[in-house]
Amino acid sequence: MTPFERDPFARFRNATRARIGLGRAGDALPTSAILDFQLAHARARDAVHGQVDFVALAKQLAPVPTVRIRSRAKDRTIYLARPDLGRQTNAADLPSSGDPYDIAFIIADGLSASAVEHHAVPLFKACMKRLGGFSVAPVILGEQARVAFGDEAAAAFGAEVAIVLIGERPGLSVPDSLGAYITFRPQSGRRDSERNCISNIHADGLSYEVAADKIVWIVREALRLQLTGVDLKENAEGAIEALPHQEA
Amino acid sequence: MGEFSDIWNRLIDGQEQMTTYSIVLGRERHVFQDLKSVLACASPLKSGDVLAGIAASSNERRVAARYLLADMPLKTFLEDLVIPYEVDEVSRLIIDRHDWTAFASVSHMTVGEFRDWLLSYDATAERLLAIAPGLTPEMVAAVSKIMRNHDLITVAGKCKVVTAFRSTIGLPGRLSSRLQPNHPTDDPEGVAGSTLDGLLYGIGDAVIGINPATDNLEACTRLMVLFDRLRERFDIPTQSCVLTHVTTSIKAIEAGAPLDLVFQSIAGSEAANKGFGVDLAVLREGQQAALSMKRGTVGNNVMYLETGQGSALSADAHHGVDEQTVEARAYAVARELNPLLVNTVVGFIGPEYLFDAKQIIRAGLEDHFCGKLLGVPMGVDVCYTNHAEADQDDMDNLMVLLTVAGVSFLIAVPGADDVMLNYQSLSYHDIVGLRHQFNRPPAPEFEAWLHRMGMIDHTGRLAPASASGAFSRNLLSYGASA
Repeated sequence: MTPFERDPFARFRNATRARIGLGRAGDALPTSAILDFQLAHARARDAVHGQVDFVALAKQLAPVPTVRIRSRAKDRTIYLARPDLGRQTNAADLPSSGDPYDIAFIIADGLSASAVEHHAVPLFKACMKRLGGFSVAPVILGEQARVAFGDEAAAAFGAEVAIVLIGERPGLSVPDSLGAYITFRPQSGRRDSERNCISNIHADGLSYEVAADKIVWIVREALRLQLTGVDLKENAEGAIEALPHQEA
Repeated sequence: MGEFSDIWNRLIDGQEQMTTYSIVLGRERHVFQDLKSVLACASPLKSGDVLAGIAASSNERRVAARYLLADMPLKTFLEDLVIPYEVDEVSRLIIDRHDWTAFASVSHMTVGEFRDWLLSYDATAERLLAIAPGLTPEMVAAVSKIMRNHDLITVAGKCKVVTAFRSTIGLPGRLSSRLQPNHPTDDPEGVAGSTLDGLLYGIGDAVIGINPATDNLEACTRLMVLFDRLRERFDIPTQSCVLTHVTTSIKAIEAGAPLDLVFQSIAGSEAANKGFGVDLAVLREGQQAALSMKRGTVGNNVMYLETGQGSALSADAHHGVDEQTVEARAYAVARELNPLLVNTVVGFIGPEYLFDAKQIIRAGLEDHFCGKLLGVPMGVDVCYTNHAEADQDDMDNLMVLLTVAGVSFLIAVPGADDVMLNYQSLSYHDIVGLRHQFNRPPAPEFEAWLHRMGMIDHTGRLAPASASGAFSRNLLSYGASA
């Protein structure tokens, strides 16, 4: 066998993660390819259905105070079928009014528990290092929460800016990607076009330091310009996107 | 706006325009306030209809709606529109294009009688094709709701919808495929790797179609050129498509790009299409632009359209109509444009619209049936996302069912894993397996090409890819020096 014969697709493997040149067992995929696929899918499924250990998360965040707030989606099945309920806070969990804050962080499970467990705390700490001078609300731990959940939750704390750190919909190649959504003057009814998003925060994606730089830059600009969303665009190169569509 | 004018009309008339439907089953009287409520409640359970608040509140109520539907004359759907004529151009298209002559032979039937007729030996491929212009999306959606999965397979299997560009799609006994070589950054070498891999499996006779990472004109044109050179170099009788917005395709044509097919996502209401940034006028403009290129060799079907249950709801443009009926209305839009290919991306949109494999499989069969019955060349992207209750075994089930139902084409990606859109479809292997198991060769032009290239053995089967073969070597070294 020539090297060409062994892997004629070698040439392309640096250019794509697509599952090319897998070979055939009759007409079917070879055993190793089937199992590799099943492992990737299993990890993605575990990320979707996994539960964030919010108690452990609160301990990791200590001494920063935390508040747990559930959404109106009671469990995972309802959460997946009813995104409208995942966007609303469970009123009983909200605090009675207190002093307003500049910023509220919401760590929300979203669609990937492993993304939150791996990346939320270090990213939060990297942001805090850069946010001296701002008042920050207790960290809101959002259960069965979608992005817009942060609007109601942050509004309950009178925050000027909401920063939602949330598990993104997992793909087969990356089950633990975290996204950050920044909304100026969060309140119920905000459109997704009124947010800025930094996505793909994970081991092979955006680093905590770079992501934190971008998040804090957006927060400062949001407070200066009094807005977020399609009208706030980063001039520098990078992964900041204004959101054209509804969140997945 | 739609709701407002509806209320306004009723105020002006000073009377309730809508008809109330009711039926007594045992001791209970089931009342439905209007036709679209009967349709929604008769629909098999879908998470999207629950999300929209229009699904049947009990299993009995679901069947009550089906009894009502079965007794309803087909003509009802021409008189009582689920989305008013005045507020929606898709409704106007459906009514204005309705062909009474074609409708004549079934015009006396109820929905239930229509189901029985569709399943009868009397409903031949020729008769089904002849009545298609006389059917509206609401009629076919209605009849599908009182059909079981096997009914949908049986009737769709009798429908014959044939279209052509450089290859002929939809001939009985054949199965075509879209080769989908997506890449997260459109890297030409990465796209080439996935494309050449697919060609070695004999995939791509329906289209080599890529979802570009950006909608940018230059980036899209680069991909069009890449595919066109490859096609010309190996003289492949197929067409390529960069699945960008219709307005970008029109600009590309004006700039002289080698564009075969104009792509667009479409939906079943004017407002939902607006959400996609299109209307009927711009779609027709796209079709005319593509026709002006005269690039087809065996036919003039120049459009490639995608649909999917849930898109109107996600755009908040469903007018309280259930997701399957709105989806069927998208095929009326498609039919107007004489497309080469239409496919429902059945499980792509997520579990809030189709929760699990049962719902995805049902929706795939419904969409294929409704499209075919309306005379549309239906294909399916047999697919699911990671947060849906489904896996590759479920896709195996659906792909087999659709092949038996005579689906025009299926979509395939390397190893079933789309690395750009982060969802799972079928693999190239799956298409090869279906073709061999059910004896469904690709489009005749493409099949002849595979013979010429020495890819098909003496039994008519695709030979196991041998990298040492002359064609494989030639193909895989393509572009390496460029």
